Amino acid sequence: MLTRRIIPCLDVKAGRVVKGVSFVNHRDAGDPVALAAAYDAAGADELVFYDITASSDERAIMVEVVERAAAQVFIPLTVGGGLRTVEDMYRMLRAGADKVSINTAAVLNPQLIEDGAKRFGSQCIVLSVDARRVNAPGEPPRWAVFTHTGANPRPTGLDAIEWIRRGVELGAGEICINSMDADGQKTGYDLELLRAVSAAVPVPVIASGGAGTPEHMYQGIAEGHADAVLAASIFHFGEYTIADVKRYLGERGIPVREVAP
Amino acid sequence: MSIAVINYGAGNLPNVVRALRHVDADLTVTDDPAVVLSATAVVLPGVGATADTMRSLEALGLAAVLPQVVAMGRPFLGICVGMQVLLRASEEFGPHPCLGIVGGTVRRLPDSAGKIPQIGWNQVRYAPPFASHPLFAGIPDGSDFYFVHSYYCDVDDPTIVAGRTEYGLVFPSVIIRDHLAAVQFHPEKSGRCGLQLLRNFATLAGSRSRVSASPGAVSREER
Repeated sequence: MLTRRIIPCLDVKAGRVVKGVSFVNHRDAGDPVALAAAYDAAGADELVFYDITASSDERAIMVEVVERAAAQVFIPLTVGGGLRTVEDMYRMLRAGADKVSINTAAVLNPQLIEDGAKRFGSQCIVLSVDARRVNAPGEPPRWAVFTHTGANPRPTGLDAIEWIRRGVELGAGEICINSMDADGQKTGYDLELLRAVSAAVPVPVIASGGAGTPEHMYQGIAEGHADAVLAASIFHFGEYTIADVKRYLGERGIPVREVAP
Repeated sequence: MSIAVINYGAGNLPNVVRALRHVDADLTVTDDPAVVLSATAVVLPGVGATADTMRSLEALGLAAVLPQVVAMGRPFLGICVGMQVLLRASEEFGPHPCLGIVGGTVRRLPDSAGKIPQIGWNQVRYAPPFASHPLFAGIPDGSDFYFVHSYYCDVDDPTIVAGRTEYGLVFPSVIIRDHLAAVQFHPEKSGRCGLQLLRNFATLAGSRSRVSASPGAVSREER
């Protein structure tokens, strides 16, 4: 039976993990490669490196980080952040990434999804979408796509569900849907959003934004119909281990990959 | 004693090479039919479509050579599409012939399976006659491996099916015939179980440079 995936996400800037990670007493808790290896050993099913680097010099560092990680960690690795061209994607895939995740660049140039899928295969292209609820209270739920999330998110005018459908038509092989309303709140994923996305497209959906407990991850899968759950701080700060989450899910009938003791 | 890892442009070639190096396999990356013919063992990686892969193998003069190295009894490992092209034919993007080393047809996973492609970790159950096969040494029955595929190998001869996986239907995820082995999953992305399978293959092929741990033992660094 296909298992549901648990995916830790590491934010990397200039080759260092930001928002430090304290779950492991490693000599270098800021080294993304050491952390990737630690998460692999802890039973992560996949890893995401999200590059929040601004300059192109720093982006070259990311290529080295991916190369070093790929030589040591033999589970699927997705790299996202700042990839604007097919050539950017190629550099990361050649360095050892299995998939690339695109967000703002795809909104600005949807052709990038199709070009990437044609060159590398749909299985390499993850469309990442930041969505915020925009319906008035009492209205049916509706979500809009934003880019440059952070202090000054920019509205795109795109409806999230329509954009995701289009992205899959263009060749995106997976969707990572991040609820801006839930992100950082630790109150659970936006289950309505997850359900709407899962119902809209035939490709795997990765839930992102809002997980604070294993129960939230269970809800994302059982009620939101997500194929995978992505989380950062819940794991990084050692609140829960991957094994804790897998035990919780397994006890409730969700198939998970067994973590070797 | 070197394994020829065939370079025909497959997207997973670099990661297959990294994983084989990690388990101390001696290898040569090559697209030269003469090198493949003289290698002690062969690994055929693969990602993508069978038709594209066949075109690439034919253009490089490898399509004629691969059946020869298998017939000569050289240890051979096909991975994902590198497994699928071993069959007689594929239905992907219109029926077309493949290498014909193994009887059977490459067919699409049933829509009833749910999402296609299958992406993620799924269990491999050993066929009883293969449960103690050295390719599986140190890997418990029912272990999870990482799959990314829309098509599967519908193999004619059930006696060569060494491992099976369920996704909408039960399909052959490992075939073994004499020194020929092929896997539908990606051992290079299947964590310690995948590395162990590659280590076992390299050991069978006599192509490990530094045999530091006994086959079957999984050291901590490799997890």
